[in-house]
Amino acid sequence: MEKNVALIALFAALIAALGLIPKITLLSGIPITAQSMGIMLCGTVLGAKRGSLAVVLFLVLVAIGLPLLAGGRGGLGVFTTPWAGFLFGFPIAAFVTGLIVEKWRGPNLSVIAITASIIGGIGALYLVAVPYYMVMKPAGLSEALLTAMAPFMPGDLIKAVIAGLVTGALYKARPASVLSRANDS
Amino acid sequence: MISLTSPIRTRAHSWPAGLKLAGLCLSTVVLFFIKDLTAQVAIATVVATLYALPGRAFLAAGWRHLRGFWFFVLIVAIYHTAVGEIYEGAVILLRLLSAIALANLVTMTTKLTDMIKVVRFLAKPLTIFGLSSKILELSIALVIRLTPVLVEKGSLLSQSWRARSRRKTSWRIILPFTILALDDADYVAEALKARGGFTLLKEN
Repeated sequence: MEKNVALIALFAALIAALGLIPKITLLSGIPITAQSMGIMLCGTVLGAKRGSLAVVLFLVLVAIGLPLLAGGRGGLGVFTTPWAGFLFGFPIAAFVTGLIVEKWRGPNLSVIAITASIIGGIGALYLVAVPYYMVMKPAGLSEALLTAMAPFMPGDLIKAVIAGLVTGALYKARPASVLSRANDS
Repeated sequence: MISLTSPIRTRAHSWPAGLKLAGLCLSTVVLFFIKDLTAQVAIATVVATLYALPGRAFLAAGWRHLRGFWFFVLIVAIYHTAVGEIYEGAVILLRLLSAIALANLVTMTTKLTDMIKVVRFLAKPLTIFGLSSKILELSIALVIRLTPVLVEKGSLLSQSWRARSRRKTSWRIILPFTILALDDADYVAEALKARGGFTLLKEN
């Protein structure tokens, strides 16, 4: 129990820290914030249950007024924009990502984790965020895809690949650390 | 780590947090149904006045919080200009800004401790699933304490990368960064157990 709470708290802090450390530059020279990668890592490393709880804890801290979102944003204001569906979708994204890594037992964890991050961290996330945007803005489907999905899609794809590679490397270095793969979870 | 609560005391600081949140929910719903531009301009003016009342420093702080949303404003503005729906675009933009500003106002005038009390109240039904609100509060405290620690360690990792490489910090530091977090989780779990763990927390 103590171990689980510590892991959930540390990964909530990890999501926050990934949004606050200096931006990471990709080979192509595009700087990205790694925050949504933190959501994917919660799923791939901690598994569905603990991963989504870590994300929920992170969101509770943002809501009560801590500036933990990328760029130092936070407070209740971020939950009122039509884009807030992304925030509400984060725990679901982590859950789906974690569930896929837990259930799909293949030999190459990197490939599995990349696929899981794309299905959960992008597919499930946009399945929540796009309809939310359509209702709250309000907007049609094509507008929602153009203004809520297109600006973030390329970055999210890159993050899914990195999250998968990091998970695979972590499993090679320290198999016991990848709890989504541990038999006792 | 500093909360977004404003250090400038306003009258609203002493109002009950639950009441402010309920008011915020209600006003956001009302805002959503107003499609008239004049009404939205009037509301935005009222909201701006609310920010101006406690003084210039408060207004400036509020503006800084609002400025972080420029990207969203830009997307909406570009889209509605491109499709030629200027009137609808203006209504949506004003509504968006008023809603964000009102919510930020609640955050700025509510102390973290009051917010945590609301969380404790909202988390009460979760006790059915065996989740103690004390554990939730401990987790909140842990994250508040550990985020600066991780940011510090992440910055050190980033610096050591730059000391050795001519290129900018790459995504490769995410792996050691994740391992650092996992190790810290081990230490924190040990420390919690050493101090009696959650059995003690439940007894008190």
